Formats: sequence, C-alpha cells, structure tokens
Amino acid sequence: MRYAYYPGCSLTESAVEFDVSTRALMTALGAELEEVPDWTCCGASAVEAVSRLLTYALPARNLALSERDLPGLDMLIPCSACYLNHLRVEREVLGEKGLRGEMDEILAADGLKYEGTVKVRHLLDVLTNDIELKAVKEKVGHALRGMVLAPYYGCQILRPYKVFDDPERPKTMDPLIKATGAEPLDWSMGSKCCGASLMATKKEVALESVAAILAAAKDADAIVTVCPMCQMNLEAYQKQALRVNGRARPISIVYLPQVLGLAFGLSEKDVLLDKNMTVTERFLNRLRNPEPPEEPEAKDAPAAEKPAKSQGKTEPAREQGTPAQ
Amino acid sequence: MSQTEVKDTKTKKADLEARALADIQDMVAACMQCGTCTASCPNSFAMDYTPRQMWRMIIFGMLDEVLKSKTFWLCSACYTCTLRCPRGLPLTRAMAALKRLAALRGGEQRKKAAFYKEFINNVHKYGRVQETGLMFSYFTTMMDPFLPLSYAPLGLKMLGKGKLHPPSGAHKGKLDAIFDKVKQMEGTT
Ligand code: SF4
Ligand code: SF4
Repeated sequence: MRYAYYPGCSLTESAVEFDVSTRALMTALGAELEEVPDWTCCGASAVEAVSRLLTYALPARNLALSERDLPGLDMLIPCSACYLNHLRVEREVLGEKGLRGEMDEILAADGLKYEGTVKVRHLLDVLTNDIELKAVKEKVGHALRGMVLAPYYGCQILRPYKVFDDPERPKTMDPLIKATGAEPLDWSMGSKCCGASLMATKKEVALESVAAILAAAKDADAIVTVCPMCQMNLEAYQKQALRVNGRARPISIVYLPQVLGLAFGLSEKDVLLDKNMTVTERFLNRLRNPEPPEEPEAKDAPAAEKPAKSQGKTEPAREQGTPAQ
Repeated sequence: MSQTEVKDTKTKKADLEARALADIQDMVAACMQCGTCTASCPNSFAMDYTPRQMWRMIIFGMLDEVLKSKTFWLCSACYTCTLRCPRGLPLTRAMAALKRLAALRGGEQRKKAAFYKEFINNVHKYGRVQETGLMFSYFTTMMDPFLPLSYAPLGLKMLGKGKLHPPSGAHKGKLDAIFDKVKQMEGTT
C-alpha cells in the first residue's frame, strides 16, 4: 500500500503530533507514505471568503503535482479542512466546463495541469476502507481496556459530500476505537461544529459550541479528533469554554492516530503525546494502567507477563534486558 | 488619480458588486422559505437575521441591508444547512460569497474580512501558512489593543509546547504565478 501524502500546513506547525502519529501508525500498518513534493497551502477554511478561483486553484495545484510526480497513487490527507478543499476540486472541477477551463488557464501559468486522475482520501477513510479491521486488531499490543473515548468527527470530513460515512450520524470511528480495547462513547455531538475559524473572528460564539461538546463528553476519558482545527478549538480554548458551561469538566483531546498508535504499543514519545495541550491525569492513568483482560483464560497466561505489561510502555527494553545490577 | 480614473474605479467596483449579487441570487433563487437551514445552523442564535431571512433579502436585492447584517460573518462553514436544504441549494457557498462581496465594499466590512485576508496574504507570501506570523499580522491589521490579550493564553501554550516558529522562507514565491493569474482573471486588486 502506497499513498501520496499531503500533510498540510497545520501538521508542520501546531499539529505536528498529528503528522508524526499518522506516519507512525501507517508505517506500523505496513503502508508507505510519499509526501507530495513541493506542496503548498490549500487555503484552509479562509480561502473561500477571499477568492472563488483561489478556492479551487490552490488545492488543484497540489493535485496536479501529485498526478505528475506520484502517478497512480491516492492522496491521503489527515486534516479535514485540507481534505474538503481538495475533494471539492475532485467533485466540482471536472464536471463544470467553465470552471475546468479557468483551472487549466490558472495552472498553466505555473506549468501544471490537473487531469482528475488522483483520488482524494481522508485518513479515516483509508483506515476504514483500505485496511482490514482484523489487521488493526492484530496490531493491538497495549489494549486500552477500561477507557471510554468520545469519537468527534466535526464537519468537513462528513459534509457536504457524503463519501464514506453518514454525514449526520457518523460511525466509522466506533469499530476502530473498539479495536483498541476502549469503549466508544455513545453521544450525538460527534458531528456538531466546533466553531472552526469563528474562534479567531467571533470567539464568544465559537466558545458556546466548544463548551457544549465538552459538556456532552464529560463521562469520557478523552475526545478523539481527526482534524487539527477541531483539536485546537477543543484543547487550546478549553479553559475559556469551561467557564461558559458549568457542566463541562477538563478532558483530554487526542488525535485518532495517537490513540491507535498507543494501543499498538507505540510509546507516548512515538506519538508526541507531550505536544497535546490538554492531557488529564485521568487519561494518563487509564493509559498507563489499563484494566486487566476479562476473559478467565487470561489466568492461564504465564504469570510473569502481567506485571511487566502494567509497567507502561516507557521503558520496554527493561522487560527483556539483563537483570539490573 | 484623475477624476475619470476615480470614476472608473467606482464603476468597476459597482459592476463587481452587481455581478457578485447576481451570482448569489442564482444560488438561492429556488428557496421555498421552509426554514430548515435556520433550524440546522449552530450559530443562528447569534445572528441578527436568520439564514432563511437572509436568502429572502438577497432575492429582493436588498444589498445594503444584507451587508449591514452580521449573519454571514457568523457562518462557520459546517455544511449542515447545505446537506439538509430540501431544495439542494449551495447555502454554505452562498455565505462565503457574501463574505467576498462584503470585502469588496470595504469600509467597516474590511475589518470583518481581515482575518481571512491576512490568512491568504500569508499563504501568498510564504507558500505554506506560517501560523506565528499570521497571528501577528492579524493583530496589526485589527488595530485593537485588547485583541492580542484575549489570545495570549493560546500564544503562551503554543510557546510552551514548542509550537511557535519564526516564518520559514523555504516555499516563498511558489504561489506567485497562481496568485497573479487569479488577480488578473477576477479583476480585483
Ligand atoms: S432550507 Fe433551503 S429551501 Fe428551506 S429556507 Fe433554507 S434555503 Fe430555503
Ligand atoms: S454552513 Fe454556515 S449557515 Fe449553514 S448551518 Fe453551518 S454555520 Fe449555519
């Protein structure tokens, strides 16, 4: 399995842990990611408010680069805003003659052409449809038993195009969360808006949305995200949002590939957990001391294995190394 | 600038505005005023006109009233209305088109459009968004001494996590050709 990889700007700066954990997870699953050479910003959620043509031209440039330099590969995108911008080109440009002509003209100025052969894929789509759930389960070496995780999808991965999940009642994260040994929270806020860039322009309004999401997730150990903007709004503004809604309480916000990676047995360092802005003690406790397996046959397992496992994943070398002096 | 040039720019701007309004009218012309969009909008509680009312005002061509409203500035592009509209109208796209139309008008609207504009200026300049630089140029444009304060906790957190960087020039100029061409085609400055 090989993919053209478009990290997008956030993943090189504020969401570096999303980038690192995505790469680590895909490597563990045996997939190869080839970064699109020379990629540029897709315009994020700001471009449509500034220019109609740039809305299509900025992502079209990346798609054209991918077609030219990594032909035949699907383009894997972890960020939901980047995903929608590129998907919009795939869905709208080819079918609308006028728009297609405009894109040809603009990209020609940069020596490029968009043909429409590359397929745009979100990370969650790839994890759901290209990788067998069985393969994910087999990799889990540090099951997150006892943990409750709230799957948060946000908007742009689901709407307006229905691609791989139900745009109102999404559920593709549930089997992945169950595969880690954790339990997915059953809630209705997974597809509600986090306020997106209103956090920069109309903060009071966005804080209401964030507060409502945090309050609904209060029984979970963490909210799991698939978008750097959702992640930023839920974690960096959490303190301010908690003041808006008395029912909410502090909660960890983590990226889906971080959770999967941790369940695979990757270390907290491997998934850059220290870069997350809100990680609670409650989450760390559950992560480092997962509940023992329920099945009675577990008792038959060699007794020495159990204490070694509960020591956490920070120093795996100890388990097998020569006895300490 | 000579008198005729001033007049030319004015007419040009009026033309652009009229064209933009006509485009948006096309997008919502089939609205049957059912109110599904309003009921679906997570931000309608903060709007002065509901989305449904906004479409009606647009169809009636009430441009000045529309531009005085803050409704479209409160759209966070969640696409719920677009998904649910029984007429299948591109409502989120219409909200974005209204932001562009308002930015054309300038004046008070310029400040409201500042974040989006500064973001895209940053993209143009660096090829890839440089978040730290963007924050500072946005504050400078807004000229609001309290704004940086309200984002200070975020800045400190980012700093603590090693997530603030000086802008990287590695991709500078990569988007010049595309931005120049678009500017020429859209007739904006
Ligand atoms: S949902 Fe569609 S048809 Fe109904 S009021 Fe809104 S725009 Fe009009
Ligand atoms: S896309 Fe905008 S107008 Fe439509 S429901 Fe979402 S926030 Fe409201």
